[in-house]
Parts: sequence; structure tokens; C-alpha cells
Amino acid sequence: MSNAAWETVIGLEIHAQMATKSKIFSGASIAFGAEPNSQACAVDLGLPGVLPVFNQAALVSAVKFGLATGAEIGRKSVFARKNYFYPDLPKGYQISQLDHPIVGRGMIDVVQEDGEIKQVGLTRAHLEEDAGKSLHENFVGQSGIDLNRAGTPLLEIVSEPDIRSAKEAVAYARQIHALVRYIDICDGNMQEGSFRVDANVSIRPRGSDTLGTRTEIKNLNSFRFLERAINIEVERQIDLLEDGGRVSQETRLYDPDADETRSMRSKEEANDYRYFPDPDLLPVHVDDAFIDSCREQMPELPKLRLARFTDELALGESEARQLINDRATADFFEATVAASKQPRHAANWVINELGARLQKADLGIEQSPVDAEQLGGVLQRLADDTISGKIAKQVLDALWAGEGKSADEIIEAKGLKQITDTGAIEAIVDEVLAASPEQVEEYLGGKDKVIGFFVGKIMQASKGKANPGQVNQLLKAKLKR
Amino acid sequence: MAVDNKTVIDMAHLARIAVSEDDIPKIASQMGKVLEIAEKMAAVDTDHLEPMAHPLDAAQPLRVDDVTEADLREAFQAVAPSVDKGLYLVPKVIE
Amino acid sequence: MGSRCGVDPTTIRQALMHQKTLTELAIGLEKGEFSSVELTQHYLDRATAHASLNSFITVTPDLAISQATAADARRASGDAGPLTGLPLAHKDLFCTEGVRTSCGSKMLDNFISPFDATVVSKLGEAGMVTVGKANMDEFAMGSSNENSFYGAVQNPWATDRVPGGSSGGSAAMVAARLVPAATATDTGGSIRQPASFCGVTGIKPTYGRVSRYGMVAYASSLDQGGVIAATAEDCAMVLGAMSGHDAKDSTSIDRPVEDYRKVLGADIAGLRVGIPKEYFGEGLSNAVGERVLAAAKELEALGAVLVDVSLPNTELAISSYYVVAPAEASSNLSRFDGVRYGHRCEDPKDLEDLYKRSRGEGLGKEVQRRIMVGAYVLSAGYYDAYYLKAQKLRRLIAQDFTQAFEQCDLIVGPVAPTTAFKIGELSDDPVAMYLADVYTLSTNLAGLPGISMPVGLADGLPVGAQLLGPHFSEARLLNVAHQFQQQTDWHQKIPAAFA
Ligand SMILES: [Mg+2]
Ligand SMILES: [Zn+2]
Repeated sequence: MSNAAWETVIGLEIHAQMATKSKIFSGASIAFGAEPNSQACAVDLGLPGVLPVFNQAALVSAVKFGLATGAEIGRKSVFARKNYFYPDLPKGYQISQLDHPIVGRGMIDVVQEDGEIKQVGLTRAHLEEDAGKSLHENFVGQSGIDLNRAGTPLLEIVSEPDIRSAKEAVAYARQIHALVRYIDICDGNMQEGSFRVDANVSIRPRGSDTLGTRTEIKNLNSFRFLERAINIEVERQIDLLEDGGRVSQETRLYDPDADETRSMRSKEEANDYRYFPDPDLLPVHVDDAFIDSCREQMPELPKLRLARFTDELALGESEARQLINDRATADFFEATVAASKQPRHAANWVINELGARLQKADLGIEQSPVDAEQLGGVLQRLADDTISGKIAKQVLDALWAGEGKSADEIIEAKGLKQITDTGAIEAIVDEVLAASPEQVEEYLGGKDKVIGFFVGKIMQASKGKANPGQVNQLLKAKLKR
Repeated sequence: MAVDNKTVIDMAHLARIAVSEDDIPKIASQMGKVLEIAEKMAAVDTDHLEPMAHPLDAAQPLRVDDVTEADLREAFQAVAPSVDKGLYLVPKVIE
Repeated sequence: MGSRCGVDPTTIRQALMHQKTLTELAIGLEKGEFSSVELTQHYLDRATAHASLNSFITVTPDLAISQATAADARRASGDAGPLTGLPLAHKDLFCTEGVRTSCGSKMLDNFISPFDATVVSKLGEAGMVTVGKANMDEFAMGSSNENSFYGAVQNPWATDRVPGGSSGGSAAMVAARLVPAATATDTGGSIRQPASFCGVTGIKPTYGRVSRYGMVAYASSLDQGGVIAATAEDCAMVLGAMSGHDAKDSTSIDRPVEDYRKVLGADIAGLRVGIPKEYFGEGLSNAVGERVLAAAKELEALGAVLVDVSLPNTELAISSYYVVAPAEASSNLSRFDGVRYGHRCEDPKDLEDLYKRSRGEGLGKEVQRRIMVGAYVLSAGYYDAYYLKAQKLRRLIAQDFTQAFEQCDLIVGPVAPTTAFKIGELSDDPVAMYLADVYTLSTNLAGLPGISMPVGLADGLPVGAQLLGPHFSEARLLNVAHQFQQQTDWHQKIPAAFA
């Protein structure tokens, strides 16, 4: 197989469920996990005579997404009906948007695995209603239809075919996932179906600039499946073409158990959806004032925050990116800076020290047992030399374990305050040197490494509290060669 | 425009309506006559006209995001042809 | 009226209650001449006695008597409004909780609505009493009421003739005085044309004036609810109570409702009444044309000024309408799929069979044909030439009216080219029936209000004229019709068999 001869072209369609309380066109709840059909109201069921009324929160969410991606906001967006019959689609049509979506062209910076940034174009993002669910188990020869999910607001985010590999696709999807959570419009819960990915995949001979026939792999609900499904589909297409076959444009499903993609029974020979403007809904007008009010409700955008972290707080680019990817982490970091006035330390400690502990305990930063105020306290004491870096880690552990309310309290209670009294340190130094004549000989004989042995002994004797700088100074003075 | 039998079959399928073989020619002829009326539109120059989807030039009102609907499943399913365990039943959906 | 010897005058008064207008009945209730229960029972008896007219799909005696009892109690407690205790029927596409809402279709023959349409709740809150559900063309598709699963409705003026449609049941039952008023809907003339065929008054308000929530959709951008009654004054009374903004209908207009009765009686001197030449050309029967022009002369005698206007794209309205309406209908009626309610075929062998047979059996031929035409004009390759083109023409038609209303305050014209035709006469030629809608369709495309009022008889059959006005001119239309009815007595005529 000659992978090198082919170029992969991928575009993603992501369905992000908007984190509203009620449905996009009705006042029924969208809470997850309710009894079947207990959250399907007259409008969701498509009873005769019912009418849709648009949820403002869904509009605000979509506009926020547009602002976050620098996209055009549709000033007069139009809902259209997509007509097809399916039992999970109660009205026989899905209310979606076609010609005039709420969000137009935009762009997103995708941080890839190697840290490189790739820009991926966004074609559009439009609002639509979700369908219900068909359950095939439990009934002989029949399917059960649960319409609780019908009418849940979705933002369908469509990318340009700018993506060139499964890895890039995952990086892009993760970036969108992080963004919608960052701006708080989607909870991103993939198990519950709040974030679903469809991948349009085609291949073409490297160097060609015409697109090959694409297949659409539907409903990928984890990043791992997304990567796997694309790789498998690309292989399938290469095999097909190299054997002289043709790729047919179709919808495929990824089966994780068999680890293969399968053609969905072509839902309809000719999918003729007969889109037309929904006569029950009017054009949605969005003016400057509305956009401004959405902007005011938005957190500082990752891009601007990144610039502020690197420019004002003098963080390194990669460090800053690690912090801004997730809004809770960035917020925690900022709170730590506020409490400590130590941005460099704060970045390091949030990413590494606290980060490692959280990861080990499998906790999100929102669940951190140590809050930003507490961590800031530790870093303050580190900066003003009350404690050493090593002691600081002990203080953090003590805070984590709930042994005290603040760094100061723990330092006090455990007597961890650094010894900075020169006389006291000198006494310990003398004591250690006197107890290790052999090592003193070695050092004086030119063996520099032995200095570490002395420092270790001194720190041990001082229970780690001796100021390491002073220890070094004194040692060097006393062991003058 | 003349509508052929195949068009009737296609549209009946798209609209999920069972039509009997015998009725198809009559439906074709009647559909053809209706579309003939529609074809009179072709003679009019409409290039400068904005399509009109609504009789009034109004904007979509927005609903406050509140949960206002109670669980009325029992009442709604009382008129359903086939339900079990709160689910609407249909012949097995094959995927 | 004098009392006949030996008969209790109260009995006579009550026996003739149905000859009164809604307005007169309201006075009778207020004066305590009869109770709502008595009044309601009287109409229920008439509905039963004249069941052969087939104007009702469902009569609701228990509901009616309990509502009437509640209305009487409300009056006794001093809490009655002007409509409290007055009976009416709802066209059978307004959802009524606990009562079958069939839309004249086998598809919904078994459908007991779990909720009330906004119109139904508004009139219910006003204290009106529901005596039943009116027959109609299936899903409001038709101009003759022959397309009903429950059979054709007879015209009370000549029982071998159609009452018009699609609100044929509503118009016929008001004409036969089986109810003093009935709700109705108008998508392409479905209030005005049956009102004209049956010699009663019917108003279709501006699109968006009356909530469409719970009013089963035919063509959403054209459908509008209204009322049919004996007089313009009666219509004003009911329309006022059923109108208004509804947060459940995105296309409902948030604008205060005028007090339609209050403006009745305003002087119409100087009012410019437009006569569109396209409404009086080829195809219009002489008898209808003469009577409509005579009505215009009557308005002139009241001080109105007649002006010639033109609506040049009138004929194209037929083309535009018979694309837009089926397109919307094809989508609106997809929900009737045998899954959640309504007719389901026996033993479906698979999902597709369930859909196709349920819909094939449940929907009538006219409805099926419109759905298929609608699917066609929206389908890939035809959308631009049909649907989009029709939407553009729709603008042209609306512009015709805008220009005409620069020269006049309202327009007068015939409602239909002829008087009521015979049952079966046109039922095999749908296109001929479509062409007969030429004077009413454009009003719906433009979303304008229109009122149809009786202006004469031709060979014993009623002739109606319609008044059309700019958006939200209901008060003006009702007043002009009322002024006309102050000078004429066509609206008082009751077919002999029902007097
Ligand atoms: Mg899609
Ligand atoms: Zn979608």
C-alpha cells in the first residue's frame, strides 16, 4: 500500500448540544436521563396544530460561537425545513438552517500534537433541532421511540476540507470541544451525546487539487473513535482505488467492535430533502446591540487571553497555551496570580505541581482540593524565601491533605519556616563538616561533587529549613581550597 | 407540463403515500394540469423581486429559556396507536 | 311579534331564538329573557333536527350543557362578559381538548385532542359555549366541502348544492341557524367563499391577527382563523374575543386589538372604494357581477366614492397559490404518519409499509394530490422554477395591493365567479375548482383582511361581495359591512326550511 502517494482530505461536521434549560422551539426540559417521552411536549411530538417558538438562549449561544471564531454573524438568519420520514423525527421534517445560517465563515487556530498551529477554516455554523432516539432492544420485531431528545438545540459546526490527517482531525475536534466549553455554550459530554462528530473523508493523488469522492462517517462520539474511523476509512478508500475501484458517495457508520466502517443502508435512494423556509418561523434579526450584549456575556476569548499571558505576564508561548486551553485552568491560574503576584511560579505550579497531583487523583481543576488562594499563599512564601521549593511542595501536599487552611498556617504549625539566621546555619555547617572529615578531604582534593553530600546532610540536620542559598555560601567560604 | 407515471411513483414515495397502480395515470394527468397553471409563472420577469415567504415583514420573536412544559406523557400517549413502557412502537428500524 | 292564543308567549319567544342575531341573543341573555342552558338546548335540538345538512362532524351536547350551566352561574354572579353563554361551533381543525378534532379526515377520525387551540381557549374564557365541531374539506383543502371524510355538506338554500369550502360546515350551519356563529379558517378563500355561497357574513382578518396555535395547519403562511356569523356586528363581537397576540405562535402579531364593535356606526362619507377591473372581467357570471356592483352603488349612496383600480397580477395569484400552498401542505402533513396518533394501517410489514399505507388509507385523494404536487415543486431541480418563482410572484401580487391602496381605502369585488354549484358538478375537475378561487387567493398571499357579506339572491341562491382592506383594517371592513347591512336586509334572509 502506498500511503505516500495519496493525500487525505477531511472536513468535520460537529453537532454541539447547546447548554440551555429548555428546547430550541418548546418549553420542555432537555435534562439528560429522564423517563422515555416524559420530556416530549406537544410541540416536540408534532401534535396537530402546534407551533415552534425560538429559544433566545440558543441564539445567544450561537452568536457567542460566532464571536469566538471571528466569524460573520448572520444578521437575518432563516430557519428551513429539511423534509424526510423517520420515526425519531416527529414532524416529518427537521427545523434547521440552509441558505442563511446564524454563523458564517470563521477560522480557528488548532494546536497540533507537535505544538504547531494550523489554521482551519469554518464554513458555517447553524442552529437546528435534534431528533429523538430509536431503541431496538427489548421489543421483538419492533423499535421503541423516545422523543425526549427531539427538539434539543444543536449547533452544527461545519469545517472547510482543510484537515489532512486523522491526527489533525482529532486536534481540530478537541480545539472546538475546548472552545465550546470555554465559552460555556456546550457541556461537551460525549457519552451523553452532547458533542458528536461526523467526518467527511476523501483521498486524492498527492499533488492533485481536485477533491475525490467523499464518504461521511456519522456520529463519532469519542476522539479515539474519530481517529480510528478516519484511518480505517482512508485505508479502505486507498485499497479500493488501487484495486481499480471507485469510492461511492455514501454515509458510513464506524463499528468500534469490528473496527470497521460500514455503509448505512442507503436511507433513501435519492435523498431529496426539499428544504424550504419554515413558514412557522420568521427571519431571526440580530442587530449590533444584540451582538454587543452577547459579547458582554462572554469570557475573555482564548486568543486574547493568550496574548495577555505572554505579553503582560511574560509567560512562554507553550506554557501559556497549556493554561488557556481550558477555561477553568486559566481562571485558576489567574486567581493564583492574583493571590501571589507570581505569574511565572503560578504557571509552573498550576501546570506541573498541581497538574500532576490532579492527574494522579483523576480530578478536574474544578475539583482541586487546593484552591487558588491557597496555592497563591504557598507561592508567596516561596518567593519571599520563607520556605524553599522543596518545603513548598510539602506545604502543598499538606494543603491537599486538608491539614491546614493556608500555607502560613501549615508553615507555622509544622515549623517549616526557613532558617535564615546565619549563626544558626553556620553552627549546623560546622557540625556537619566536623562529622565528615573524609569527605572534606575529598573535596579539598578537587572532588566538587561532594558539595552535594554536605548540602544534603545540612538540609537533613535542619529538617530542610536551612536557606539553601545561605548554606551554599557558607560551605564555599569554609571549604576554601 | 405532462407528468409521467414515474414522477407520480417518485412523488408518492417521497411523500410516503401508497397509491394503487390503477390510480397512477389519473393522478399523473391531474398533477399535470395543476402544474400547467403553475407554469404560467414562467412568462413573468421576476429577476428584480425578493421572494416573499411571509405576508408580513416581521422578525422572529424570542422565547425566554425557561422550562414551562410538564410531563403529559399519559395524555399524549392515550391517543397513540401503539406504545409500550412509555415508548412509541414502530416496525423495527433497520440501520 | 304577537302571541298566538293558548300558547305561552315565553315558549314562542324561545322557539324563535335562532332567528335572532348573536348580538340580539347577547341582549336576551343579559335581560334574562332566557338562560344559556335554554339557548344552548334550543340550538342542540336544531342541530339534531337538521342533521341531514351534515354540517356537524361532532355535536357535543354534554360539554355544551355543562359550559352553558357554568355561563349561567357566571352571569348570576355578575361576572358575565358580552359573549358569556352564547353558543358556537368550531371548525373541526381547531383543537378541542377531550373532543375529536378530525380536520374532516379519516386520518384523525380517532384523534381526541389533548389540548385546546388558543382560539378555543380564548372564546371559552369569554364564556362561549361549544355545541360541536363543524364539517370541512379535509385539512381545509377544497372549495366545496365535498372533500370530507364525513361526506359533503348541503347548502341550506338548495340541498343539492355545495355550501362552498373549506369552512362549508361553519357557513351552512350559520345559514341554517343551527348556531349563531362558527369559527372558520381561510387559506385561499375558505371563510369568504362559503359565507358567500350560504348568504352569511364571514371575516378573514389580517395574517397574524388570530393565533394559529392549535389550528391544524394546511399552508402556514396563508392560513388565518376568523369567524362566520349572520351579520358584521356579530362577527365584530366574536373576532374581538378571538384576536390578539399569542406567545405560542411566532407569526402572531403583538399589537393591540381594536374594539371592533365600538367603531361600528362610523360615517363612511368620503371613503374611497376601489373597484378592481380584473375582478369584473371574463369568467364572472352576470348575475353575480350585477349584484356586487349594486352593492358598490349602495356604498356610494352612503357617501363612499367609487374609484377604478387595477390588480394586474390577479390571475397569476392562482399559479403562485397552487405552488406555495401545496408546498407548505406537503411538509405540514408529514406529521400524520401513523406513529404517535391518528390512523395506523393494520399489520404493517415494515416501517415503509406503515408510512405508506397509513397515509394512503388515512388521507383523501385531493389531499394526497396536493401533497404530491407540493413535494414536486420543492424537489431538487424544480425548486427554483416553481417554489422560488411562486414566492417572487407573491411579492408582485402583494405590491399590486399596496399600489391599489394608495388610491382607495378598501376594495369591493365578487367572492366567487358564480353562486353555489351543484354537489358533484366540479368534483372531477379539480383545476376548474381551483380557477374559481381567483378572487380570493391573492388576499391570502398578501396577508390582507377580507370580509364577505350577502348582497343579493340570484335564482334563489345567495350572492356575496367581499371587501378587502390594507393590513389591520378589520375595524374599517366591519364598519363598512355594518353600514351596508343597516341599509339592506340580505343578511336577514333565512332559507325557508330553516326559518
Ligand atoms: Mg450535516
Ligand atoms: Zn445536523
